[in-house]
Amino acid sequence: MATAVAGELSSELRGFREVQRLSYACAEAVAAQLKPGVTEREAARMQREWLHERGVRDWFHRPFAWFGDRTAFVDFRVPLQFFPTDRRLEAGMPFILDMAPVYKGYTADIGYSGCLGLDPLHDRLLADLAAHRELILREVRERRTLREIYEDVDRLMVRQGYANRHRAYPFGVIAHKIDRVRERRWSPTLFGFGTRALKGLASDALHGHRDGWSPLWSPYKFSDHPPTPGLWAVEPHLGFRGTGAKFEEILVVTDSRDPEQSAFWLDDDLPHVRRWNEGAV
Amino acid sequence: MTELKGARERRVRTGGIELCVAELGETGRPTVLLVHGYPDSKEVWSEVAVRLAEEFHVVLYDVRGHGRSTAPVPLRGGFTLEKLTDDFLAVADAVSPDRPVHLVGHDWGSVQGWEFATVPRTEGRIASFTSMSGPSLDHFGHWIKRRMNRPTPRRVGQLLGQGAKSWYVYMLHTPVLPELAWRGPLGKRWPRILERVEKVPAGDYPTSSLPDDAAHGAWLYRDNVRARLSRPRPDAYAHAPVQLIVPTGDAFLSDRLYDDLGAWVPRLTRRTLPAKHWVPRTRPDQLSSWITEFVRAHEEPVAGAPKQVAASVKSGVRPEYAERFGGQLVLVTGAASGIGRATAFAFAEAGARVVAVDRDAEGAVRTAEMARLIGAPEAWGEAVDVSDEQAVEKLAAKVEDEYGVVDVLVNNAGIGLAGSFFETSSEEWARVLDVNLWGVIHGCRHFGARMVARGQGGHIVNTASAAAFQPSRALPAYSTSKAAVLMLSECLRAELAGQGIGVSAICPGIVNTNITATTRFAGVSDAAEEKRRQKKASRLYGLRNYPPEKVADAILGAVLHDRAVVPVTPEARGARLLSRLSPGALRALARWQPPA
Repeated sequence: MATAVAGELSSELRGFREVQRLSYACAEAVAAQLKPGVTEREAARMQREWLHERGVRDWFHRPFAWFGDRTAFVDFRVPLQFFPTDRRLEAGMPFILDMAPVYKGYTADIGYSGCLGLDPLHDRLLADLAAHRELILREVRERRTLREIYEDVDRLMVRQGYANRHRAYPFGVIAHKIDRVRERRWSPTLFGFGTRALKGLASDALHGHRDGWSPLWSPYKFSDHPPTPGLWAVEPHLGFRGTGAKFEEILVVTDSRDPEQSAFWLDDDLPHVRRWNEGAV
Repeated sequence: MTELKGARERRVRTGGIELCVAELGETGRPTVLLVHGYPDSKEVWSEVAVRLAEEFHVVLYDVRGHGRSTAPVPLRGGFTLEKLTDDFLAVADAVSPDRPVHLVGHDWGSVQGWEFATVPRTEGRIASFTSMSGPSLDHFGHWIKRRMNRPTPRRVGQLLGQGAKSWYVYMLHTPVLPELAWRGPLGKRWPRILERVEKVPAGDYPTSSLPDDAAHGAWLYRDNVRARLSRPRPDAYAHAPVQLIVPTGDAFLSDRLYDDLGAWVPRLTRRTLPAKHWVPRTRPDQLSSWITEFVRAHEEPVAGAPKQVAASVKSGVRPEYAERFGGQLVLVTGAASGIGRATAFAFAEAGARVVAVDRDAEGAVRTAEMARLIGAPEAWGEAVDVSDEQAVEKLAAKVEDEYGVVDVLVNNAGIGLAGSFFETSSEEWARVLDVNLWGVIHGCRHFGARMVARGQGGHIVNTASAAAFQPSRALPAYSTSKAAVLMLSECLRAELAGQGIGVSAICPGIVNTNITATTRFAGVSDAAEEKRRQKKASRLYGLRNYPPEKVADAILGAVLHDRAVVPVTPEARGARLLSRLSPGALRALARWQPPA
């Protein structure tokens, strides 16, 4: 499993960081091209093409795009509603781009929240996500069980006045494990999810089931265990009356005794983190 | 006149008559021109005018033939809308020669106002128009035509409804009789009738000129109604932004009249007000605040696009809420979480000003902060424990001083207490009654008293519970407190009915809030055990997962429609129904002991 040497990432982690940075670069590039009238399908295709041009051939899941109140999953009942629709972007609308490419065998899963124009409410949601990033890292280092951390995130959201929208994801997960995927010439997807990545997840789930852990970080009993070493794509998602915001990035959990090394965010140079730091200055 | 204190009077000559014009406030400010209706004189605006004069240059005039303006000779043909438009232009030119005026009309003043705002020759003279209780005769004519030409059952119903409300219009078309009545018994009794039927506060209005005003004013109808309704102008489009204020209890005008208005007015802001016809007398505070807001938004329209009025900005909000609650002052207790917070947000989205009260100061401030982000023009968080009477009294005084009289009060703060009767200690009883019942009593006493003293209506919402009619051996103290709140609300509703103040009791049922996480379990002394039970209850409520936002929506609906008792969740509705049809079934259910 991933073990970090102090101050320097192993080559494996560098691979993950590279694809995560590539994904965020894609999100920023696509977000810069979004204008009124663009549909979710078009935004998803823009992400797909941008990454394809740069060598991405396989996916953990294909890119999603959500506009307007779909960022808060208003009235989502079936998983098919996650897929991009013909909803058009309008001035002032929030949007989320979510993609999980596989690049050179490394997987990333990222979420990028933005807004077409200025919206103080959206700014507020983005700013309030910072507390969740801190809370998750702190409690993972304390080796609290995943279910407890999930509930603490939930409580923080309620205190902030928000609804927990990651509950709408399959199994209500706030995070899931990601791993390396073997590169093959043929990489089919099933309902938007890469079959090879799904296979990895399923095999993790099977092993985990035997050993009492799960690659899915959920509010349910199967997540009632301390964080297991590996790479977790963490995606807290806030919703507030038709406006949603999330970030998603990789949290590295190791078996190190040193708390600093036992868990850390793979990369602190990401758009949402830079934004918080700029705001703090 | 005693009523228009500090008014400067002048006379404006036009078309052979002399109009009596009164001015208040500084002349350099934006001019607001108030036009009265029938049978009224400019003094109908006295309450509104003094409020507006603090910020604007306020101008009122007696319509020709009314008050101290002279009447045309002969009367017949002297009251056509064309001549009334001449009068308006003469007054506007006299009081504000360089800048357009903000026009406000009530009743026939509004009918005239529509004419002014839709004819080409006034273009550039009207900066905005606020209309209340008076449709454009041209729009009305088209409204009737459309319904006559294609009479669906609904349209026929609307025609008949308005037709019945217009009985007095037919009466006024008979010759001589109306004049005789007004100069005789009707004129003498009119002030009493206004007081009793229309709830207009007694005092020095109507003025002594009433019989003559009413007799002359009959020609307003005779000179215009038949002509315009049979041949309405096809081009009656408004060239100024219009704010339409519809009193929902108007006995003379159906609110359906304004259904097609969007086609005639490109920039339309709608407001509704639960009141009867004479709103300038009965609701001066609300009118002046809406007029002020609208005038401010449309002052200096040259600088780019006209500013939108706050209420119409937020999309996704039900328009009827924005129309009704925009700019109103709403106070919610228990607003740091759950139903209270969701209610504060729902009112904020509708454009209300919100005071969020909770003993959790941080939570209350957070609610206020978020409320401002989603549409509340102003919002404040206040830390008060509602069971502390002195604190509530102090808060009521502070709110009145700093923010104004509360229009909608939501007594929502409450705590949970579970456990059998004998396991519940007297301290626990006292605590739950202190918050759940006394909190409501204090709120109703101190905020309600101010509402009554203002005399301009309002609404009180008390959060009761489905437990108010569903007995249970597991929740004796909580259910008792909530049953008391329900009965209190019903009694208070009866008492305040005559004052235009509605009282609603909301009975939510099982709603996913953190009340379960703070519920005390009587007879459980072990903290860990209590925590376990709280968790279990929270999980059950979480599984039920009825969102507090839906309760908030029910609260706004209860205020909008003045509902007495509103059970919200299906189980609460079921229990309410059973409590009336088959109370025995509820009693049997009450015996069930939930597993610990």
